[in-house]
Amino acid sequence: MSWETVIGLEVHVQLATKTKIFSAASTAFGATPNSQACAIDLAMPGTLPVLNKQAVNYAIMFGLAIDADICQESVFERKNYFYPDLPKGYQTTQLEKPIVGRGSVTIQLADGSEKAIGIHHAHLEEDAGKSTHEGNLPHGMSGVDLNRAGTPLIEIVSEPDMRSAEEAIAFAKKLHSIVTSINICDGEMSQGSMRFDVNVSVRPTGSSVLGTRTETKNLNSFKFMEEAIEREVERQIDLIEDGGIVAQETRLYNGDTKVAKSMRSKEEANDYRYFPCPDLLPVLISDATIEELRQALPELPDARQKRFVSQYGLSNYDSNHIASDSNMSAFFEVVAKGSSNAKLAANWVMGELSGALNNADLNFSGSPVSPQQLAGMVARIEDNSISGKMAKLVFEAMWKGEGTADEIIQAKGLKQVSDSGALEKIVAEVLDANLAMVEDFINSDESKRKKKLGGFMGQIMKASKGQANPQQVNQILLQKLNELL
Amino acid sequence: MTIERKEIEKLATLSRLAIDEKTIADVTGRLSSVLALVDQLQNANTDSLQEISRPFHTSQRLRDDEVSETDQRDAFQAIAPETHNGLFTVPKMIE
Repeated sequence: MSWETVIGLEVHVQLATKTKIFSAASTAFGATPNSQACAIDLAMPGTLPVLNKQAVNYAIMFGLAIDADICQESVFERKNYFYPDLPKGYQTTQLEKPIVGRGSVTIQLADGSEKAIGIHHAHLEEDAGKSTHEGNLPHGMSGVDLNRAGTPLIEIVSEPDMRSAEEAIAFAKKLHSIVTSINICDGEMSQGSMRFDVNVSVRPTGSSVLGTRTETKNLNSFKFMEEAIEREVERQIDLIEDGGIVAQETRLYNGDTKVAKSMRSKEEANDYRYFPCPDLLPVLISDATIEELRQALPELPDARQKRFVSQYGLSNYDSNHIASDSNMSAFFEVVAKGSSNAKLAANWVMGELSGALNNADLNFSGSPVSPQQLAGMVARIEDNSISGKMAKLVFEAMWKGEGTADEIIQAKGLKQVSDSGALEKIVAEVLDANLAMVEDFINSDESKRKKKLGGFMGQIMKASKGQANPQQVNQILLQKLNELL
Repeated sequence: MTIERKEIEKLATLSRLAIDEKTIADVTGRLSSVLALVDQLQNANTDSLQEISRPFHTSQRLRDDEVSETDQRDAFQAIAPETHNGLFTVPKMIE
């Protein structure tokens, strides 16, 4: 029997506000434990929440970015459960009247096709604190750091519109691209800025009834997400084919050990006794506020991709690749404008630079090579001062902080020889020194001659210490050999 | 609508409340009468009314996104039952 996979995602996005959603404590990552947990975050008696305007604005911006309805009267509710990292005994969240209503996100797939994934809604809520169970702790104890408690989140809930891990990853990456492009989230997955809960079920192909789903929680990398989905699909199919039944449950996937396990049975825990939070009034959002935010909305990835094609003449593939990353896009544009060869700029940004940043675990904003420096180097390739091969040496030196491209070319004597007089002299010398090769070339069939050119090129480049302009050498060489025929 | 003993026990578990045998009957009776009141309210005709979540016609005041809280960890941890190296500590809660 063949099976169809059905996937829906719940995505938690930490909003890039300076303060918590209901208190004026800082949200900066990596602070000393509990130094950013104030009386409100700790649920001290007598405290009251005061809603952060920026968190509301960011949620509206997300709604506008996915063409969703903005709920102009939205309401906070209490979701009640007990856990040590939730001091109030309830999470302040939204249920009946979330701030962002139905919307849609278009994903691009590997075969070039597009698919619209429905967004059911997105709501504002607070993050919980962080528990640690290992390390320097008294025996039998867990430690709780409440710095994260109260950090504003939007939870984005998709429709079960995805049919494969590939689609789910494309959707997750697209959301990452959108929230970082409109600057409402820093997108730092390793710091938990975006976390994914994946709902997976399977059903016989052609069936319109959904199978029982499981929820794998808290995946914070695209790779782990892909692995978790693939394993869960396999597990469910095996289970059903062996006559078993999929239980609705919450699962945890450990990306290091590649093992998923059941966390708790949903029926028992899923009784949150929601009710409207009496401490918070309804949030009213005016048409004027929505319009103001719409006007100020930064360029979205899809629009940027189209602009890269029309403005810089990039291919669909290159423009998609660059436009999906707002930092890479900003970097690329400086390089493209500073070098007047956008295609070459794109190749260096996507190739050498991306690779080096990846190896060093850095992002574009922390690149040791500035976009201006890279533009300077691309301009020297463009005007034939250096070859692509020499450019790699220049790039390495720039990476190590040895200066601008021009300074490095000067200091290392890398300047490409494009003076035709000098090149003709080198070519002539190499031909004189390799008469046997020349004779062999003349006596060969025309079809084989092209292949033999490589031998001469190698000798010439060696004689010029790699500094000869290869295109010019090729031309001169052909001309000289043709004269001998 | 009445509430059953079983539901009271489940609610007590979810709310982490200890209710002894003697009180269960009493609590069941009292909550049932609250629910009876709700039933009565349900019967009121509200067709011409718009749904509201609050009895006031005001909306939430919003705060500017500026940090004004300072680190008062020592004061808070001085009244916490247990702490260790700046963390609040609780009985281990992982399976």
